[in-house]
Amino acid sequence: MERQAALLLLADGRLPAGGYAHSGGLEPAVTAGRVADMAGLEKFLIGRAETAGLIASAFAAAACARAAADDLSDLETLAVELDARTPSPELRKVSRDLGRQLRRAMSSIHPHPLFAALGDAPHQPIVMGVAAAVLGLGPRDAALAILHENNSGAAASAAKLMRVDPFDVHAILARMTTRLDALAGQAAVAAEGAPGDLPSPGAPLSDIAAEHHRRRDVRLFAS
Amino acid sequence: MHDETPTAPQTRALRLGVAGPVGTGKSSVIATICRHLRDDFALGVITNDIYTDEDARFLKSEGVLPEERIRAVETGSCPHTAIRDDVTMNLMAVEDMERDFASLDIVLVESGGDNLTATFSPALVDAQLFVLDVAGGGDVARKGGPGISGADLLVINKIDLGPHVDVDVEQMVADAEKARDGGPVLALSRKHPDTVEKLCDWVREMHKTYAGGGHIPVDPGPMAPHHHAHDDGHTHSHD
Ligand SMILES: Nc1nc2c(ncn2[C@@H]2O[C@H](COP(=O)(O)OP(=O)(O)OP(=O)(O)O)[C@@H](O)[C@H]2O)c(=O)[nH]1
Ligand SMILES: [Mg+2]
Repeated sequence: MERQAALLLLADGRLPAGGYAHSGGLEPAVTAGRVADMAGLEKFLIGRAETAGLIASAFAAAACARAAADDLSDLETLAVELDARTPSPELRKVSRDLGRQLRRAMSSIHPHPLFAALGDAPHQPIVMGVAAAVLGLGPRDAALAILHENNSGAAASAAKLMRVDPFDVHAILARMTTRLDALAGQAAVAAEGAPGDLPSPGAPLSDIAAEHHRRRDVRLFAS
Repeated sequence: MHDETPTAPQTRALRLGVAGPVGTGKSSVIATICRHLRDDFALGVITNDIYTDEDARFLKSEGVLPEERIRAVETGSCPHTAIRDDVTMNLMAVEDMERDFASLDIVLVESGGDNLTATFSPALVDAQLFVLDVAGGGDVARKGGPGISGADLLVINKIDLGPHVDVDVEQMVADAEKARDGGPVLALSRKHPDTVEKLCDWVREMHKTYAGGGHIPVDPGPMAPHHHAHDDGHTHSHD
């Protein structure tokens, strides 16, 4: 419980790492009519947290634990395992783009040699895990940071995509806090195991939607 | 290839931003600069798109540079954020371009068309043009704002349209000069080659000053307060 302020810094959507250009799959879901109201938005966000969110948080926690122990030998395996859990080529690219951006931002904000050791295009969860370790945070913090950042980012995009009352959107986020805490705990436990055993829930429709979204001529968000 | 290593000094280009309201001629200004200066300078262009990649497509279709030297950044319909509050995507696009085509002399960054308060952070560009046009009304220059008063060059574009939109171009330029405390104002039209030549001269001169180490980026000033609560006072140098 010592490093709470560092966790808030890392999880803040205003951290200048380019996250605002993405809707976390909400835009294609709204465009296709699958999310049309607040109930739909809540279901969407919960579904995303329980699938992509759990995966991302487990990998962030795993990267954090390894970086904190100064042992990066698993990082390549983690990247391969995360690729394997991301069927959509577009989403793999988005994850690596966001990872590069986060690394670029954190290297300026809080320089550390570990950032250079992450290769050309590291995945976002892995950079988040390493950034957490560098800030003195633990695996559960890393998991929570990425869960919160990804969830609040997608929720914020709702204001541009749907007819919403922003209070209702934040009410959903408030209802989800207990769930995110539980998911972060699950991720931290899983992180202690081998990379190949990290969670792998899927959401095939999101993968397909991401591919369709990439081919659209007009869109508000990059993903 | 390490993102955390800023571009080495010998491959660091002059980073020139082009901002201004929608449709004033930012892409046209960039196309003009590319057409006239591409034989003298190694150039690259980054466009910022709001919800299409129209700007990048336009510049590619104009054939002003080899296609791979024109890249689009998607800004999630937040063009002002991408050039000011959170420049990471643009900064990386510029650094990637400088690395992939080393060594470049000038990288031009077109902002997504926004309002009068959107200006580039000095963390992203070394110098910036702000583009207005006469069709937006003769009063706009007088209204001022950070882009109009603080950009390194204010361009008043489409002066050929002055008579058609009842704008007294000379008066508009005089108003702009007043708003800028005598800072440079360029009346431009692609139909008046002498004005195009002046634009190119300004870019050449800026590059010379920059390459000689004599240019210090100035900040036109933060945006007007809006919903992104953020400390705009914090900037950093990237070299
Ligand atoms: N008459 C006249 N039209 C011009 C001139 N320069 C540009 N235009 C026209 O103005 C329109 C907008 O030009 P763009 O260069 O696309 O403007 P922009 O600022 O890049 O627009 P956005 O990126 O959409 O904000 C186009 O139809 C141009 O052909 C000029 O000097 N004279
Ligand atoms: Mg344009």
